Amino acid sequence: MQNLRVLVVDDEPGMRVGVARALSKFRVHLEDFASEFGFVVEECATGTEALSLLSSKNYDLLLLDYKLPDIGGLDILVRVNEEKYDLLTIMITAFASLEVAVSATKHGAFDFLAKPFSTDELKSTVRKALNSLMLQRQARRLAEEKRQVRFQFLSVLSHELKAPLNAIEGYLRIIDEKTAGDDLCQYEHMVKRSLLRIEGMRKLIFDMLDLTRIESGQKVRELKLLNLVEAAQKAIENLQPDAEKRGIKISLHAAESVPLNADMGEMEIIFNNLISNAVKYNKDGGSVDVTVAPSDGGVQISVADTGIGLKPEERERLFGEFVRIKNDQTRNIPGSGLGLSILKRLSALYHGEVGVSSEWGVGSTFSVLLHDGQAFVPSQTLSAF
Amino acid sequence: MAKAKTADYKGKTALLIDDDVDILSQLKSYLEGMGFTVLTGESQSDGEKLIDESPFDIAVFDLMMEHQDSGFVLCYKAKKKNPDAPVIMITSVTSETGLQFDVTSDDSRSWIKADVILDKDIRVEQLEREIQRLLKG
Repeated sequence: MQNLRVLVVDDEPGMRVGVARALSKFRVHLEDFASEFGFVVEECATGTEALSLLSSKNYDLLLLDYKLPDIGGLDILVRVNEEKYDLLTIMITAFASLEVAVSATKHGAFDFLAKPFSTDELKSTVRKALNSLMLQRQARRLAEEKRQVRFQFLSVLSHELKAPLNAIEGYLRIIDEKTAGDDLCQYEHMVKRSLLRIEGMRKLIFDMLDLTRIESGQKVRELKLLNLVEAAQKAIENLQPDAEKRGIKISLHAAESVPLNADMGEMEIIFNNLISNAVKYNKDGGSVDVTVAPSDGGVQISVADTGIGLKPEERERLFGEFVRIKNDQTRNIPGSGLGLSILKRLSALYHGEVGVSSEWGVGSTFSVLLHDGQAFVPSQTLSAF
Repeated sequence: MAKAKTADYKGKTALLIDDDVDILSQLKSYLEGMGFTVLTGESQSDGEKLIDESPFDIAVFDLMMEHQDSGFVLCYKAKKKNPDAPVIMITSVTSETGLQFDVTSDDSRSWIKADVILDKDIRVEQLEREIQRLLKG
């Protein structure tokens, strides 16, 4: 149980004792926070005492009489706002005039109780205030976490953008000052490597824009019944030239129509990501098998390649942001390290999951199970950006 | 990149670990130009292996490789194995995150075992100067 600190400010001793007694045994269970709350009540009779207590201790709720002998309740309310105390105020008034209520609310009071009030009225008002206070605090916490995650994301992003810049700059200086001798082949290699790094940067920027659009939820999603086989065909057509250059054969295994309630743009990104990875990380002359089939109330997409495959420890790291598996085989393949993050987030919009099975040196199969899309963006996908 | 003018370091071995193959090859040829025999690795685990197996006179490590603190780990292991060899860490972390590492205070020196930390967009000439300074003693 969590104890909340309540300060009751009223010049009538009877009122203070009454409130303290009513709240001392009162318990509130908030379903949303899965916890129970009790109350520790402190009391004082004047505005001066109230201000000194407020500045020296932390309270969660303030029950404040409108009419105090020294400083008016409204003035105290103003101070509470100015000092940004993390608490909610319930005004206690002797006369339930609309005017008082309006001005108290204007000055930041959460609610008000008109004297005389019953224990039940008190409890229900306190319960409402508590719920609201907890929601406020939670929202603040989430916003702070989000800020942290965004900061981390941007730090890593700038690192990922600076790495190729440093590499390209290094090559350009060598070329500029011709420090690698007279053998032109040396310089050709440097130009090729620089172009590859630039391609990687460009891909990173595009992927990041994709990711930002998904995260912000600003992109208008158009959910309608689609034939996923068409989306697959479109992606295959786009990637065919790259595949042909390296003698890689892409085959589609699917019925004529596999319907899903989905956004076309998102489906294109999913297929594009899966199939372009299967081509990129394949062996020359290899093959890519794309399967689209109804499964378990949804649609299962799997893309199998005959590529370089993954070691078990690589597989574990694979889905992290900006993670690229670095080895001799991947050295010349440009990538952003964001493709699978994008895939994972998009799949989440379809209650889906991304799975991978792989054998090192033999090939990998990535599969995504998608269910009918939902119109809202689930909060867990938003939290990461 | 000016070609290293000095070739004073013939017979000395430099350990160079960076997971960016382009930076690795650029620094390698520069260090070779200075006369070093250069042993390279592309990961923390490559680095750990090299530290264990090969004698070296100076080491240059990247900070962020497969782990965010790979460079720190390598510094620590290098100093443990070979306390006399200077260690240079190159990183681009400082300017991006505002995190400040330096090895000028005793406190930071107690946990960062590098002799000098250089920003990644340094010119190679700066690296050369640091190496000359560190190997002078």
